[in-house]
Amino acid sequence: MSEEEEIIKVEGLTKVFNHSLTAVDHINFGVRHGEIFGFLGPNGAGKTTTINMLITVMKPTEGKATILGGDIAKQSLDVRGAIGVVPQEYTADEDLTGYENIILCADLYGIPKTVSKKRAMDLLQLVELTQFKDKRVQTYSGGMRRRLELACGLINRPKVLFLDEPTLGLDVQTRAATWNYVKMLKKEFGMTLFLTTHYLEEADALCDRIAIIDHGRIVVVGTPTELKDSLGGDIITLGIQKEEDITDLISKVEHVKEVKKENGSYMIKSSNGELTAPLIIEALRKSGHVVTKLSLTKPTLNEVYLQYTGRSMRDAEESRETVMQQRVAMRRARQ
Amino acid sequence: MSEQEKISKNRFHGLWALTNRDLKKWYQNPVVFVMGIIQPILWLALLGKAMNLSGMFSVSQLPAMPTLSPPLTTSQALTLGHYFSGLQGSIMNSTFNTTSYFSFMAMGMVAFVTVFTTAFVGMSVVWDRRLGFLNKVLSTPVSRSSIIISKVLSASIRSIFQAAIVTVIAYLLGLQLGANFTAFSVFGVFAIVFLIGFGLSSLFTAICLRATRMETPQALFNLITLPLMFASSAYFPINLMPSWLKPVADANPISYTIDAVRRLMIFSNGYGQLPLDFAFVGAFAIIITLICVVLSWRYLNK
Repeated sequence: MSEEEEIIKVEGLTKVFNHSLTAVDHINFGVRHGEIFGFLGPNGAGKTTTINMLITVMKPTEGKATILGGDIAKQSLDVRGAIGVVPQEYTADEDLTGYENIILCADLYGIPKTVSKKRAMDLLQLVELTQFKDKRVQTYSGGMRRRLELACGLINRPKVLFLDEPTLGLDVQTRAATWNYVKMLKKEFGMTLFLTTHYLEEADALCDRIAIIDHGRIVVVGTPTELKDSLGGDIITLGIQKEEDITDLISKVEHVKEVKKENGSYMIKSSNGELTAPLIIEALRKSGHVVTKLSLTKPTLNEVYLQYTGRSMRDAEESRETVMQQRVAMRRARQ
Repeated sequence: MSEQEKISKNRFHGLWALTNRDLKKWYQNPVVFVMGIIQPILWLALLGKAMNLSGMFSVSQLPAMPTLSPPLTTSQALTLGHYFSGLQGSIMNSTFNTTSYFSFMAMGMVAFVTVFTTAFVGMSVVWDRRLGFLNKVLSTPVSRSSIIISKVLSASIRSIFQAAIVTVIAYLLGLQLGANFTAFSVFGVFAIVFLIGFGLSSLFTAICLRATRMETPQALFNLITLPLMFASSAYFPINLMPSWLKPVADANPISYTIDAVRRLMIFSNGYGQLPLDFAFVGAFAIIITLICVVLSWRYLNK
């Protein structure tokens, strides 16, 4: 299978709830073999709805998608057998032990007991739950449950793994550990991963390519670097001693794309900040100016998000309780 | 992770795993398990024994004989005495087909406990949806029918167990077995309980396929179970019911279940319409289960 081959192909996928609420609006994208593809967007953007359609638990209103060549609507059983899913909620049965939960998942995939027993032990080792395997899940912490969900999602050795908000509500430490697991899956097993997130850091740290989704539409797709570069590069903020307009002077420096004066400071856009900054200082010194402060900012996905949606991603984020309330409301709307 | 394992192509893979999961939640939970035993004891020992219908007809309850003139001859008095002392048994027998009302009602309880056991299956469907477990199962290559049948199967197996408990408790409390009773009867009772359990749990599952709140099954629970119980022969024979209620009771699968259980266990006048009982309850189970499975294809999703 070549690197460029598309494992997931999505064409015009659309979901309308109750004939009125368009959650996903004619989206098109492809996920290549062996990459981590991220869906980034605020809550209610249509991320989970997209994942639910791809994992065949929700029927699309319109459009089509194939996973590993199988149509999600017509060959749903085949698709389900070939993919792994780590849902947003904790879905393990609290009354069963961790081990029993994994074996139950294996049975649901039709994996014979002779194989599943060994595989369950391997997976428990992988997610570091071996010593808790015979404890009931209701005694597990949030991080342990998350890891158990991951193990369940891997029981059928999927070629594609879907992770819906894999670190939602986790503490910083557990989040970092989850990132490591995801990276390891790609590196060690060459797995293709599709994940949704509303954390910019997560998309930046994990994903090979990102699709920014807003109001059910994909606004842009690209690697994190491409997306940041599309903003026009780095930003240099600079202050000088004298009250004098030096905009023209800076504009002439190599790599400088744009200069703006704001509150006595100069905002300079450059395609290569590290190279430009010394050149600017040099040019100013030659003309007798003294630089009092200077900072260099690399663009983050937040700026990318702001650029494409007109809103700051941080503004779109809300407290966890509001998120939970929204989710309950959404779920009721869907029934 | 390149090796590909042989994966079961059996259409019903995962069925037993899901059934066993539901059964585990029952037999591994001491409170639920013990309550399942205590409940029938309460029903039988308190209600069953309290409604002492035979006591109503005992000779000591009858008004004193009026003094006749001329007085009865000894032989006439003896005949009349015999008549009255036989009256109780004769009325009980012609009404209930057995002289023991406790036995009559205890066998009704076998069906009663099945209704209550299967009603819980609806709640378990709602729970699975609320807790996200259902969503996980839906994303695995298990057929929708297996998910449904596993619920129905586990409830039917529990029903058999509960029916066995009721029968044992009733026996300990003085159940009068009829002449029809043989060792084979016990299996007959289990068979009919399994069939009605299958049909009823399919009914409750179908109702809860789209339910997301616990209130829904709880409200419907009373709406369905009480008419099913009262418009049946559980407490009183159908032929003495008012004419408007008779057709309802005659169409009620619970009546046929109870009739079968009584014919197998406590009646003495042959098996009569036992084949009809089995055919009716069997047809009910098959039709309702099919409807439930077809509905699940459409409605059992997110």
